[in-house]
Amino acid sequence: MNIIVCGSLVPDPLQTLEPITGPTGPALKNEMMLPSWLDPWAGHALYEASNLAAKNPGSKVYLVSLGPKAKLQQVMMTVAQKVPFELIALDGSAGGFTDAAETAAAIAEAISAIPGLDLNNTLIFGGWESASRGAGATMQIVGERLGITDQFEGVDSLEIQADGSLKIMERVEGGKHQISVCTAPPAVLGWATGNLPEPRNNPQVGMANMRGIMPSLQKAKPSPVTTGDIAFASVSLPSQTRTTQVVKDVPPDQIAAELVAWIRG
Amino acid sequence: MSEAIDRPQMEADIVCVGFGPASGGFLTRLAAAAFNPDGSPALESPSMPGMPLQVMCYERADDIGFGVSGVVTNAKAIRESFPDLDPSQIPMAASVGEEKILYLLDPTGASRRPLAMRLADTAIRAAGSLLGLKNDAMELPWTPEFLHKDGGIILSIGQFTQWVGSQVMATGAVQIWPGSPVSEAIIENQAVTGVRLMDQGVTKDGASADGYMPGMDVRAPLTVVADGPVGAIGQQLDKEFGVPDGHHLHDWALGMKFVVDLPAGCELKPGTVLHTIGFPEPEIFGFLYVHPDNVASFGIFVPSWFDNPTRTGYRYLQHWMQHPYLWQYLKGGKLRSWGAKTLQESGKRGEPHLAGDGFARIGEGSGSTNVLTNSGVDEAWATGVQLADAVIELLKAGKPFTKENLDATYVKRRRESWVEAEGRIAEKARDGFQRGVIPGFIGTFLTGLTQGHINIPGKPGATHTRVPTLESYYGSRISSDEIARIRKDCDTKGIAASGVLMDKVGWPEIPFDGELLVSHQDALLMGGKVQAPHGYADHVTFPYSADCESCGCKICVEMCSGQAITPGENGRPVFDREKCIHCGACLWNCAKPDPKNPELTIVSFQAGAGGLHSGEN
Repeated sequence: MNIIVCGSLVPDPLQTLEPITGPTGPALKNEMMLPSWLDPWAGHALYEASNLAAKNPGSKVYLVSLGPKAKLQQVMMTVAQKVPFELIALDGSAGGFTDAAETAAAIAEAISAIPGLDLNNTLIFGGWESASRGAGATMQIVGERLGITDQFEGVDSLEIQADGSLKIMERVEGGKHQISVCTAPPAVLGWATGNLPEPRNNPQVGMANMRGIMPSLQKAKPSPVTTGDIAFASVSLPSQTRTTQVVKDVPPDQIAAELVAWIRG
Repeated sequence: MSEAIDRPQMEADIVCVGFGPASGGFLTRLAAAAFNPDGSPALESPSMPGMPLQVMCYERADDIGFGVSGVVTNAKAIRESFPDLDPSQIPMAASVGEEKILYLLDPTGASRRPLAMRLADTAIRAAGSLLGLKNDAMELPWTPEFLHKDGGIILSIGQFTQWVGSQVMATGAVQIWPGSPVSEAIIENQAVTGVRLMDQGVTKDGASADGYMPGMDVRAPLTVVADGPVGAIGQQLDKEFGVPDGHHLHDWALGMKFVVDLPAGCELKPGTVLHTIGFPEPEIFGFLYVHPDNVASFGIFVPSWFDNPTRTGYRYLQHWMQHPYLWQYLKGGKLRSWGAKTLQESGKRGEPHLAGDGFARIGEGSGSTNVLTNSGVDEAWATGVQLADAVIELLKAGKPFTKENLDATYVKRRRESWVEAEGRIAEKARDGFQRGVIPGFIGTFLTGLTQGHINIPGKPGATHTRVPTLESYYGSRISSDEIARIRKDCDTKGIAASGVLMDKVGWPEIPFDGELLVSHQDALLMGGKVQAPHGYADHVTFPYSADCESCGCKICVEMCSGQAITPGENGRPVFDREKCIHCGACLWNCAKPDPKNPELTIVSFQAGAGGLHSGEN
């Protein structure tokens, strides 16, 4: 089985973001200088993919990543230490303002170009959301472009059953889960958080991954994704009032009381 | 080394500890020589014949370029590595333009100035505009040549090292692995045979826990130690092999800085370099460098010869930036980034054994910093290039990395270089500061003007030999009873005493504005973006708790850049790894000698994961 994870980089979550209007539309100030990480939603998908591959010998994990090549190279030095995968790099913007359809088209094209790929024995993984691109639509469009109609969003668990069918638990409204059974691949799974912790940095895994990462980066295809036809009326960050408290060992009752007070306003 | 744990093993040819300017120079030079123009390996792997050279670099921070500092450098060696260097290709780099040295008078009345300086201040104020006094600052009419950085570059070392890392990794000759702290060098039969990475999945005490993964042993014929002035491997080698006779590590400084968006319309031009002396305390130096796009980095150095038992970096930095001369430019600015690091200020006299069987040391931790010209990055880079040239020579000759061979190639190159020549001139430049601030300034100028022939002598001593008691330092300004009350109160609250004591002696309250004047904890969150991954042991520990309890000053708490060390039960310091920025100030600010080796302190500072997450420093 092939498991293809779609995921790219986002600014390090603790960075201070400032929207600006650049030559090609909205952008983040100093975006190329901001430290970047693998999108945490995609990260969950990657770790689940690796776990699934480990349980199913012969499986292979690909990571399809669309982002500025230089930044991808940097981020991969950390990601590569986590789990085994083969990188398929696309050189283009990973900004939060690119059109989900254009991004999905580039990713789907890259997946289609994987030599010898049997789509009927393939699962497409990604984040159901993105820390920078919150449309939640990219994975669905990737699936549509690949002709994969079995799509699941907000996935928290996947189990391959004895008959080869996929038992999938999705988040649905009202804080509940929906369990579906999909007869067989292909399927698109947009992962929520999954159930796995972030793997430890493993230098041996990093070394093994690196054999493919640098060649992939060197031949990364330019993918000039844009903001498409989208017109941004305005871009702003949520307003915030900084009342920092760093307090530890607070009793649960006190935390609960503070939350209740805050919710009640 | 003996233990029962079955550790993963890996073979490499060269393993490098730490990625900063020194390893940047080393790997840039090595990578350039690794392949022939047709792409075939020019340097063959001795451990894997037929394969290209296997070079690994392990960086403890979560990404390359985190946790280092901004500088102005004459970039002599860096330009040799990149002859076509265009600063505009490096984010935040600017060619040096105007350079000024400013003497800052004390606008608060709280600065602890010696009599001679107070008299000078009075005279300067009386002369006023005749001496160019403006905004309580006087521009020195003349800057000695040794302090000039004509033709140099202002750099964000974070951005610079990321740029270098990208270039090096793109060659495919080198792998740089961030988030990979090295816990120790593997030493067998007096030879370094590789390094051991840190265990993961352990408790704060280092005991195995869920997801335990023993750190891998990476065996290599050559270990390049470039882990900076307070690096764990440098410390280990110093303990194992000692330091050359007459050398010591007594002089240090903490550099703390902000990177800010200057207010719109600020007159400071990119390339401007300001150095300050005189305020907030006479021993504290300041700097301000202007990057492109209306961005500046500025900060202060708090040296080990500032004999204040409650010395601190953050509070003094806030007073420094509010000095009227600086505030005219900074008011209305906004914090982008914040960080701090230790500087090895012993320079050439802090040089360890540069090479041994299986290892070589480069960069700041190898004593390359020039303490006269206040320059370290270019020197560190140069030592890396020198080692790379030596390694290339030895590989091509098929010779092993023995002490003898490394001495004959690397150490020889270094001894014959400008780094050595200028380092020798600078060797005694700071000695005068052991006698006081004014002798220190005079001594530095004499050293510079006479090319090191005339100095004001002084004997640098370890912190525990020189720091006075709180009662002695504050003298009549705060009574002993009051000090005891403040100390007890702060211990109870688990906070440092420096803020309360500074309030008490007249330092004005900080008018927090949420943008530039922010609380220390907000600086961590807004500027440093400090974080630490789970599953690693505490890298700062206090093995002699009884000595800590009896310590009257606890400079480790006061000088902790991230407020990661606080007073705990019975006054014992408590460490919070999630706030640590790995500056290493605790290591040299401890006022208690190690019972086994009085050259060391009773704070253990080892390698650890996490820390700053800002790449702009």
